Amino acid sequence: MAAPIQRRSLWGEGVLLLLIGLFCVFPFYWMVTTSLKTQVVALESPPVWWFTPTLANYWEVLFVDKVGPALINSIIVAVCTTALAVGLGTPAAYALARFEFRGKTDLWFWFITNRFVSPVVLAFPVFLISRELGLRDTHLALILMYLTFTLPIVIWICTDQFRSIPRELDEAAMLEGASQWRIFRSICLPLAMPGVAVSSILSFIFSWNELLFAYILAPKAAKTAPAMAVTFMEGYDVPYGKIMATSTLIVVPVLIFALLASKHLVRGLTMGAVK
Amino acid sequence: MSFRVPRRTIAAFLGPAVAALAIVGIAPLLYAVWKSLHYFNLTKLAQQRFVGLENYGAVLTDPVFWQAMGRTGLLFIIAVPIQIALGLLIALVLHRPGLTFWKTLARLSLVLPMATTYAVVGLLAQVMLNQKYGVINQMLGWIGVDAINFIGDPTNAFIAVVMWDIWQWTPFVALVLLAGLSTVPPEIEEAAKLETKSNWTVLRYVQLPFLIPSLVAVLILRTADTLKLFDMPFTMTRGGPGSATEFIAVLIERVGNRQFDIGMAAAQSIIMLAITIVLARLYIRLFYREVR
Repeated sequence: MAAPIQRRSLWGEGVLLLLIGLFCVFPFYWMVTTSLKTQVVALESPPVWWFTPTLANYWEVLFVDKVGPALINSIIVAVCTTALAVGLGTPAAYALARFEFRGKTDLWFWFITNRFVSPVVLAFPVFLISRELGLRDTHLALILMYLTFTLPIVIWICTDQFRSIPRELDEAAMLEGASQWRIFRSICLPLAMPGVAVSSILSFIFSWNELLFAYILAPKAAKTAPAMAVTFMEGYDVPYGKIMATSTLIVVPVLIFALLASKHLVRGLTMGAVK
Repeated sequence: MSFRVPRRTIAAFLGPAVAALAIVGIAPLLYAVWKSLHYFNLTKLAQQRFVGLENYGAVLTDPVFWQAMGRTGLLFIIAVPIQIALGLLIALVLHRPGLTFWKTLARLSLVLPMATTYAVVGLLAQVMLNQKYGVINQMLGWIGVDAINFIGDPTNAFIAVVMWDIWQWTPFVALVLLAGLSTVPPEIEEAAKLETKSNWTVLRYVQLPFLIPSLVAVLILRTADTLKLFDMPFTMTRGGPGSATEFIAVLIERVGNRQFDIGMAAAQSIIMLAITIVLARLYIRLFYREVR
């Protein structure tokens, strides 16, 4: 008696799951297929689903339209800001996890609230300051500004990670006469590597995706890939295939990283609001 | 027990991070406050002068600013309830036992939209929503709906932004709520399911109380992110047609970067920041009282 009912509800669930999957994935399917179309095919109305694919768009955007250098800029900026955030953030996270001091909660709150500050608030003052300092259109300006979101992420995730390491380890090392730095560096940091890895991936994703700072602070030499993609939209003849090829090149690395850190992505986006 | 650590050690561990965030996070903010008290236009640098609160007065009485604010609010009011409803539905489906493999796959696909470069999401909208060449209009044609000019018409462009916001952030809401559902102790959930056949009763009286922290988090984060929203509408419509999709961050970018009026943009962004803070505090007070 119960079996058919259950089976029917399983089918219903299966269909729902399929719809959820299609809802999420279809735009990516369309992005990739459009990137393989020539402009003539892309401008067929109604759009075609079957056609002879070509890699010409990729060739053109990478080597003619300078998306290649922009991707390299993106990599440089994202990797450097992530490394810097880990270097600065892990000792701070360790201190927040292990030491007691006055104003700890306030400090913690301040780190986290950076999540809520819109980049548009900081972009113009930084634009003026970087002009004065000769940092306009450099990787360094972007690397430093991206710390406003990468550093809080690293601190938040790694503090949690350090808390999960038993304090007895620290205490035993302390009895052996190890310095606080030594304990952090040689005992706790290696054990906290999963947290470091997750927060690095998240920092990389968020830096890679950033547009507003890049658009305002790095108009030419240090232009990142998302800012490059925006410039294709200027002008009347919109090159769909090329735009989607650029988009695919931008999105594929982050999607791979997102899948690797899939369990933690939500944690990173909520910054402690949800466990 | 806690360690007795000299202050110097604590300062050495925390100092670099605090200094870095102060330089990149607080210094520009203070500079923005200072600039917001000036008339400061990049194309008219000779006329630069201290004007006190004049910019703030101008922003607070500027209909364009409040229209952009209203548009941002409208996007939030329309999109977020839909995201919560759909997200809750998805979370409830994924929370049920069985079909584990397919649920893992669905969960992985849910991760993709929120990780996608926001600028690319806007570009995708351009391609998929085009009146003549767009696949969405082709699909609407299959069910007998005439092609819609999504990007070119003010109302439709706004609807398109809402749709795209729903696409990108419903999965996020679903995963946050799913995490919330897993905080319900299984004994309680199973006991409730033995008591009643109605899923609705279980949801309302057993699961919902555990979901409140997640819902508060969703509301706070969606508020902050909607006020920040720039990349997607910018690459999709540049705030147009007219000013139909000029949300608050897009407006500030236009005033600062395309009209070069940095003093005014600074005043606008400080007011926007104040609104963000007030709203976040309001949510926490409204919802957490119930939990306490």
